[in-house]
Amino acid sequence: MVITTEPADEPSAPLSPITAPTKAGGSFARYLVTRFLLIFPTIFILVTLVFFLMRVTGDPITAALGGRLTPDQLAERIAAAGYDRPVLVQYLEYLGQVFTGNFGRTLSDNRAVSEVLTTYGSATAELAFNSLVIALLIGIPFGLVSAKLRDRWPDAILRVFAILCYATPVFFAGLLLKLIFGVWLGWLPIAGRAGINAELALTSLQNPSGIFLLDALRSGNMAAASDVIEHAVLPAVALGLLTAGVFLRLVRTNVIGTLGRDYVEAGRSRGVSEYRLLTKHAYRPALIPIITVMGLQIALLLGGAVLTETTFEWKGLGFMLAQYLTARDFVAVQGIVVLLAVIVAVTNFIVDIIAALIDPRVRF
Amino acid sequence: MGATTVTALGAKKPLWTRLPIISHYRMSAGLQRGMLVAGLVLSVVFVLAAALAPVLAPFGFAQISDADGQFPTQAAPGGKFIWGTTVGGFDVFSRTLWGAQTALLVIIIAVIASIFLGVFLGLVSGYLGGWLDRILVVLADAIYAFPSLLLAIVMSIVITGGQSDLWGGILAAAISITVVFIPQYFRVIRAETVRLKAEPFVESAKVVGASTWRIMFKHVFRNATRTLPLIFTLNASEALLTLAGLGFLGFGIEPTKAAEWGYDLNRALSDATSGIWWTGVFPGAAIVLTVLGLTLVGESMNDLADPRLRMRRKSRRRGGKATA
Repeated sequence: MVITTEPADEPSAPLSPITAPTKAGGSFARYLVTRFLLIFPTIFILVTLVFFLMRVTGDPITAALGGRLTPDQLAERIAAAGYDRPVLVQYLEYLGQVFTGNFGRTLSDNRAVSEVLTTYGSATAELAFNSLVIALLIGIPFGLVSAKLRDRWPDAILRVFAILCYATPVFFAGLLLKLIFGVWLGWLPIAGRAGINAELALTSLQNPSGIFLLDALRSGNMAAASDVIEHAVLPAVALGLLTAGVFLRLVRTNVIGTLGRDYVEAGRSRGVSEYRLLTKHAYRPALIPIITVMGLQIALLLGGAVLTETTFEWKGLGFMLAQYLTARDFVAVQGIVVLLAVIVAVTNFIVDIIAALIDPRVRF
Repeated sequence: MGATTVTALGAKKPLWTRLPIISHYRMSAGLQRGMLVAGLVLSVVFVLAAALAPVLAPFGFAQISDADGQFPTQAAPGGKFIWGTTVGGFDVFSRTLWGAQTALLVIIIAVIASIFLGVFLGLVSGYLGGWLDRILVVLADAIYAFPSLLLAIVMSIVITGGQSDLWGGILAAAISITVVFIPQYFRVIRAETVRLKAEPFVESAKVVGASTWRIMFKHVFRNATRTLPLIFTLNASEALLTLAGLGFLGFGIEPTKAAEWGYDLNRALSDATSGIWWTGVFPGAAIVLTVLGLTLVGESMNDLADPRLRMRRKSRRRGGKATA
């Protein structure tokens, strides 16, 4: 039994959500490479986990079509799709397919899963981006105010607001927003990504990016652009509020920490204005944990996107996931879940690299 | 660190003042005490609603008729149905109360199961180290980085293939949530264990000849689990949100077998479009208030445990009882 602990092995480093490489004193390039290589075990574990979990219940064809086909027809379909082979063989084949970007075909509407992913992925990306903007717009200024006025009444109100943001499920926030701004006030549309006319105009474009606002602006269709923005507001706010609370608290805690440092006091004695002390001196060093947590929020954001998209009939990956779940189409579900896992792993990688660029101490 | 830990355990104060919530209350002041009390009140109301649902609820959660005939559908609040009825003719007030019961059961099972497994794995992994530790850490990190709702969906498919009856549904939801939360407990306990392993008291226990298991589950366990009440409250609220999310997506408990807030909110979506607010607002508010209560308790405990965040009562010296 070894008694001594190696300090490098401490998992307490809050900066990296994935286990950090253990050797100290590496260069940036080395950190980049090790950190990049760490993506693969994560993705590999998740793909494996999802594959075996989904297969424990039986083959996808029985799940999707069980009641509708005779046992003979069912067995035929299963054999044709190769689900009667040993699970291990299927698993290796699936791994190979995923590696080449082939996720199989959906059972309920017979489309290539990769096509579903590219068609609806852009809508989810648009929603996630919009809500991230809203979250930062709300979270950072209010967090600064809360830190500056610590333990006074504005701080108390803002903190309760932050907890409320977290406590409200996105679908309930969405329902309230729909009721208030859509039905009672009639200001904003309550479902979809665009009106019928705008959607027609945008989907008939030549090689569209799938991000409606971008497409509308590129084709110079201002009516469509404003329509798209109107549709985007409520879903973005519903999902954005969820993460806004997290950012608010994070900014508050970290800025309180940096506001108490000696160099801030030194700045004050040199006559730096309180505003500048708050927004520059105390805020800048507090940014690193914020960026790191932003990466972790991507997972929360994508989970929330599934619920938000269902609430607002926003036709993205989350909306389709809910549809395929109801249809028991587990091939499609598996594809979407794996893709989301890859996105999360890659975002975490990017975030870690940004954090390392900003603060050299992060490089292990 | 280690010294305060040992004295805190051996302190000669009456037991009740050392219990988690009570000691926190005695430590608190001003605004923080207000937040703690507000959270406690909300949490108690939630537990009472859950426990007394059979007495308080005027109707059953799946009841759509009584001696006077069928219940009206989508009736506005007032009269016999104080919070109105849903599109299926359920009484909103009754279903909201019964929903508290479902939620409480799921929270209790999920949190206890994940504490047991997470703490056990964290202790073993952190204390023994080696290849087991490395594998568990990579696995926990992979699961931790994954959207918890998606994992819960996958687990729920595995366990029930979708909807199920009361206990099946509750267990499925609870186990799905457990799998999501084990990594969190694991990480916290493992980190603490790795730190404590180097403390002198572990070494002296070894010198005295205590067995590895005894050191792990007596000496290290006692010290590593002090932060648990905090994680407990924070995870209870997350468990509730995950349950509601599952229910909202239709992966919860069948509506005739138990009441579930997330499912009711899903049904209420189409009502909202036509301006019917009561079917969604009440179960939704129930979720928000419960999570708010649990989170306020957890947050206050967190702040009170951290001397830098703790507010001091004016003109009264506090003893050096910093338990960071």
